Amino acid sequence: MGSSSSSRNKIPNAQELMDQTGFSSAHLLRLYDRFECLDRDNRGYLSPDDFEAVGGLAMNPIGGRIIDAFFSSGQDTVDFSSFVRILAHFRPTDRNRNKEGTQQELPNSRTRKLKFAFQLYDLDRDGKISREELLQVLRAMLGLQVTEEQLQSIAERAIQEADLDKDDAISFDEFKKSLEKVDIDTKMSIGFLK
Amino acid sequence: MLRCGYALFWLLGSVLLICVVSPVKGEAVVTHEGSHLKLSKSSHSNESQHGHSSNATGIPIISFKWHHVETSYLVAFWMIKEKKKYILPLANREVIEANHHVTSVIPESALLICFGFILGGMIWAADKVQTFTLTPTVFFLYLLPQVILDAGYHMPNKLFFTNLGGILVHAVIGTCWNAASLGLSLWGCQMGGAMGISCTGDLDIGLLQYLLFGSLMAAVDPVAVIAVFEQVHVNDVLFIMVFGESLLNDGVTVVLFNVFDAFVSLGGPKIDAAEIIKGIVSFFVVAFGGSLVGLGFGLLISLLTRCTKNIQIIEPGFIFVLGYLSYLTAEMLSLSAILSIVFCGMCCQKYVRANMDENSVQTVRYAMKAFANGSETIIFVFLGISAIDKVIWVWNTGFILLTLLFVLVYRFIGVFFLTWILNRFRLVPLEFVDQVIMSYGGLRGAVAYGLAVMLDENKIKEKNLMVCTTLIVVYFTVILQGITMKPLVMWLKVKRAAVTEVSLLEKLTNKMFNHTLVAIEDISGQIGHNYMRSKWKYFEENWMSWILMKPSARKKQDQLLDVFHQLNLKDAMEYVTEGERRGSLEFVRNENSIIDFKKKSESESFDINNANISNDHGVMSNTRDPIPSVSLEMHEQTMKAVREAEAINAHHLLDQHLYKSRKQHRHRFSRSHFDINRDEKEVQEIFQRTMRNRLESFTSAKMGVKPPKTIVKHTQKEQQQKMPNGKSMDKAKTSYSGDEGSEGDSASGYDQSYMRATYRAGAGIENPAFMPDLDPMDLLQIPPWLAESELDSSMVALSHRAQVGLPRTPSNLRRLAPLRISTRSTDSFTLENIPDTQQMDSDQLPPPPPPRPPRDDGYV
Repeated sequence: MGSSSSSRNKIPNAQELMDQTGFSSAHLLRLYDRFECLDRDNRGYLSPDDFEAVGGLAMNPIGGRIIDAFFSSGQDTVDFSSFVRILAHFRPTDRNRNKEGTQQELPNSRTRKLKFAFQLYDLDRDGKISREELLQVLRAMLGLQVTEEQLQSIAERAIQEADLDKDDAISFDEFKKSLEKVDIDTKMSIGFLK
Repeated sequence: MLRCGYALFWLLGSVLLICVVSPVKGEAVVTHEGSHLKLSKSSHSNESQHGHSSNATGIPIISFKWHHVETSYLVAFWMIKEKKKYILPLANREVIEANHHVTSVIPESALLICFGFILGGMIWAADKVQTFTLTPTVFFLYLLPQVILDAGYHMPNKLFFTNLGGILVHAVIGTCWNAASLGLSLWGCQMGGAMGISCTGDLDIGLLQYLLFGSLMAAVDPVAVIAVFEQVHVNDVLFIMVFGESLLNDGVTVVLFNVFDAFVSLGGPKIDAAEIIKGIVSFFVVAFGGSLVGLGFGLLISLLTRCTKNIQIIEPGFIFVLGYLSYLTAEMLSLSAILSIVFCGMCCQKYVRANMDENSVQTVRYAMKAFANGSETIIFVFLGISAIDKVIWVWNTGFILLTLLFVLVYRFIGVFFLTWILNRFRLVPLEFVDQVIMSYGGLRGAVAYGLAVMLDENKIKEKNLMVCTTLIVVYFTVILQGITMKPLVMWLKVKRAAVTEVSLLEKLTNKMFNHTLVAIEDISGQIGHNYMRSKWKYFEENWMSWILMKPSARKKQDQLLDVFHQLNLKDAMEYVTEGERRGSLEFVRNENSIIDFKKKSESESFDINNANISNDHGVMSNTRDPIPSVSLEMHEQTMKAVREAEAINAHHLLDQHLYKSRKQHRHRFSRSHFDINRDEKEVQEIFQRTMRNRLESFTSAKMGVKPPKTIVKHTQKEQQQKMPNGKSMDKAKTSYSGDEGSEGDSASGYDQSYMRATYRAGAGIENPAFMPDLDPMDLLQIPPWLAESELDSSMVALSHRAQVGLPRTPSNLRRLAPLRISTRSTDSFTLENIPDTQQMDSDQLPPPPPPRPPRDDGYV
């Protein structure tokens, strides 16, 4: 206990982070270790280069977007607390906590998870997934398997499916509605962060 | 009726299958194979005889050669007789299927067993001895493989592997637990004197025999589980847990049974630690060896289907034969045959589906289901029949009741305990209600019975008691638990399977979630199962698919495309249904090109249009290219609004632009192809013409979308290409302007500019890539009579305008029917049209030309 609390002390605002994200102190510690490991120059923050050094991300078709998500606030660095806050989106939803958790919405709520996914699409942050943005995602994920025409028609169709107000783009509400049946809690959660 | 067909097909299929694999299998099949050999022999001798007789004494016009065919006749009759006993259960099933409200309360399996009781009673009354019993050979070699293969082949792989840990824990540890606890408890009860109640006095069963009995009772039966759970639609995870467990633990239980069987024959004193260790080792060898054999055969099937492009008609056969071979091979090597065939099915399913022609895939699916259903039916009915036999009924109240009790109780304990452990590791824990259903779904079935019958009477004195107890447990679980399962599911409010409607965005986002999770695992430095999955996927895509899949199929394996394809197909189907509902178009057939034709007449217009761009390319080229490249969207409202005008326009279009074949379709017989003799060029031309017109007209209605640049380029190029010829383009334009009702021919300049604009407008939907392909062909292939008919296009347009407002009636449309297949040329038809349109009376049409010749063989 003593050792864990002492190492917890080196994490800035540990208690506050735990309250905001719902992570336990063990989680925080593990993430802090990881953070330090990523932060090769010990600067106390991460830059996009640090993320790009992670092996698997280079192969990931949407790796770039994920990295962008960490830098969504416009800065080009990310410190530990924002790092944790982003990762907290992927904490599995805790049933018991949700019932009592009236004080504030945790990042791993359904809406927040969806919002995160939505922002992966919405590159220009105008609150809408335009056809072009959708196409880019499709291109990244389907890669060379498909012709450009097929991609275009898929994008067209996907937009038409979700687009309720016929503005030829998908707003967050529409996005949420079209994913109503998807079990987001399972699909946007990582077991290890439980 | 369909069921009847199924039954027949199943019978034929099983005979065929048996014949094919008989060399491996040996004795049991000799009769069947013999019959076939004789059949073929006799046909040979028939021919040779014919030759001889013609040489000898003139030519007998007809001769009665009974003795030549006698044997085969008799064999055939005998076979039918033999098969009767299988047909009967199948007939029963049809009766049962007919009463759907019965099956909604009582599961089919229970009903079938009850039918079995009745049948058995009848047989007993007639013969006073039970002639039909389910022998282990028949069950394990002929009936079970089909059910299991079907289960494996249709296994939702992703779901299965996601939950593999839980399934394995339940299947292996749970089964061992069930076996051990049941055996030990029964033994303990006997020691305690609880068994003494029977009329036969003390039971002569030792600890090992109890364990043997426990091991055969331990397994949850896949056949029973499938039968019950298929009717109770519980959620995916729960289903896969129960189902996967039941499949895998069959393998486990057979292994356990064999180990204990060996122990029993070895005798108690000789068993030492070494033997026990050997037993445990053999357990793993048997289980993993069986799975490996299955995987091997699965890969073999995949490889084979990769190379069967030219012999599509027999590719479905491979799957059955090789699947069965995997079962037999494993059996031969005394590995777990059930595991083998399960993994064979699971391994090959993806590649088989990708490699084979769509028709073959369907064939496999239906045949597989038919086999499985047939086997399942026979199994249950025979379970029922077996009950009516005086020999096996040895009553021992204590033994039977205790067994029942222990089976139930230990199942509950085992499931709850194991799930409790599993839940600490699961992302989404199994809820209490799910656990109850899992426990309650522990149905015992035919596997247990088959194993019980296999017991050696010399080694186990109380075999009949065990068989009898097994039967009672089976009846209890299948009938009672089966019936109460549905109410229980309702009462506990178990999460049911959601009716899922695929949507592209959903699929795309799911895919994105997967990538996101992998990325986040990378970032947070953990190796979770997302990471493993992505590695596997990478390996699979780069190596397995490369080896096992056709190059053409490899490109299209993405699920997103699959969904897209499905959605498009669905739309096309809806289109057809809608058309049929509107009451015309009796000529709609399955053939894609005709769907296209029909759709045109049904709902398309020139002037007003929706985003209804030419899905037909996708549908038509289905056989060649399973992924349509153009999207189809239906907008019902707009369609309704313009329907009246459209119909008339459509007539006009059809009159003008459809290619009228001068050829009749000729059928030809081929052993390896189904399709009728279609002239490639003709189909292509029809397609191209309709495509062009639709592209031109539809896009004209879509406004206000910003254009991708590529499309503009295409249209310009196209128009330049067109100009020298002028004809096809002109034609489309005139018809277009005619529909506008105001411009007439002079408006061609307007049209061109308008069209260019609208091409941009439709951006993103229609496929500009078609255009270059289409153009050269079209230039070449305008038949002279069509070109001539353009001369009077203005006249037609005029008459057409006159028709505006005339409501479309079915008869009106039916008139179009003969058009496409008419052997007359266009001219005669357009000319015919003119007078009657001038009179504005469609009822005075000339009688339609004779209906086209029957084209049934292509479609049945």
